[in-house]
Amino acid sequence: MKKILIILLLFNLKFGHVSSIEPEIFVQSTVNRASQVLSKDISKEDKINELKSIAKETVDIKGIGFYSLGSARKNLDNNQKQKYFILFENYFLKSFSSRLSEYTNPKIEVKGKEVLNKNYTIVRSSLISTSERPEVKIDWRVYTKNPDSPLIRDLIIEGLSLARTQKEEFASILNSNDGNIDSLFKILKEFSKN
Amino acid sequence: MIKKLTIILISVFLFSFSAYAGSDGKLDLLEKEQPKKIKDCFEKLNRATFSFNQGLDKAIIKPIAKGYRNLPDPIQKGTKNAVTNLSNLITIPNNILQGDVKLAVINTGRLIVNTTVGLLGTVDVANKMGFPKYVKEDYGQTLGAWGVGPGCYVVLPVLGPSTLRDTAGSFANIMGGDPWYNASVHGNNEFLSEGLYITSKAISGVDFRADNLESFDNLEENSIDFYASVRSLYLQDRENKIDNNQRGNVEVIYKNEEDWEEIDSN
Repeated sequence: MKKILIILLLFNLKFGHVSSIEPEIFVQSTVNRASQVLSKDISKEDKINELKSIAKETVDIKGIGFYSLGSARKNLDNNQKQKYFILFENYFLKSFSSRLSEYTNPKIEVKGKEVLNKNYTIVRSSLISTSERPEVKIDWRVYTKNPDSPLIRDLIIEGLSLARTQKEEFASILNSNDGNIDSLFKILKEFSKN
Repeated sequence: MIKKLTIILISVFLFSFSAYAGSDGKLDLLEKEQPKKIKDCFEKLNRATFSFNQGLDKAIIKPIAKGYRNLPDPIQKGTKNAVTNLSNLITIPNNILQGDVKLAVINTGRLIVNTTVGLLGTVDVANKMGFPKYVKEDYGQTLGAWGVGPGCYVVLPVLGPSTLRDTAGSFANIMGGDPWYNASVHGNNEFLSEGLYITSKAISGVDFRADNLESFDNLEENSIDFYASVRSLYLQDRENKIDNNQRGNVEVIYKNEEDWEEIDSN
């Protein structure tokens, strides 16, 4: 019995190690998948749907939702949290996929990575220049708390963080509505409808 | 000149401190979400000015930028190079003021080569010769590098987002800090005039707008508060420029990790 346990433990350690995914490989493979979708000869709506399913697998939408709410997240009860995540996911996927769907076959090259701490790695990449636009530097904040399943939490384009921009946008809406979370819910709902 | 510089510096310090003195002392939970130390003290007025600027952009600036985009590539490139070359006249004194004499020398070399061999800056010969990548500097950045706080966020009519510090920095240009302004407006030269100076600034603005036609449309379409998005992006950009953040220097860019550390979605 003891031997079996040891074998199982070793087996788990070995394969646990093998299955961990390097953040830069994860980003490159995600980018390649998105790029394939964008270069497909399918309708814009189909492209958006395929991009949404890639985002659901590779982006920590819940984590970004928490971050975007800032300190206001601490005041939500469980019902409000559940409602928020549904609204946020719809908002995020619509905003994210419609931004991306404008590109046709973007070429992104991963240049390297920088481990910030055990939870975060920054993967550096470049959107290769074309005759119409110069090279664009894109950093990816990858959440690595579970190394077997890394997730994207932010895109930093030429030093500008999309998550921070979104967070400040949400804060502005809450500020101009006396911190009333329902006003944010309403705006998120309207955005997803249109 | 020294008197003017003193006036600018005093105004900037007053602006910066008045921004903090304007606080009513309440600890607003949501204030923490604003970019650090930068307050939108005149938000109502700023939003009104922002709407005015958007109207102006849709009616005049954007159509001109679209037309500019349709010009042949060599003309666009030559125009961009020429206005960038002129900006060197502001960058060089700011390199010196920030203590970066080596960069000031390099940029002076770039200016001389591009203005002469590069046909008044229309051809970026220096780039082809292997000069390091050009990075613009201005008086607002220098004040920031000296430790002057940004003060309140402001939206200027026509000119767009700024802070009190950056606005004061822009005033430095017309108070003797921009040799191109001095030569055009105050110089005794039949080829240069105030009109030429204003035209060069307008072209620079149109060139920037033409570079960002799609990204601005995309941002507007996907924002739930476009004003707040533009404010955030402007302030992030200025922070990066003042810190001279460059790629590869990850420790500098990602120095504020507290906000991310407590997010646990598992």
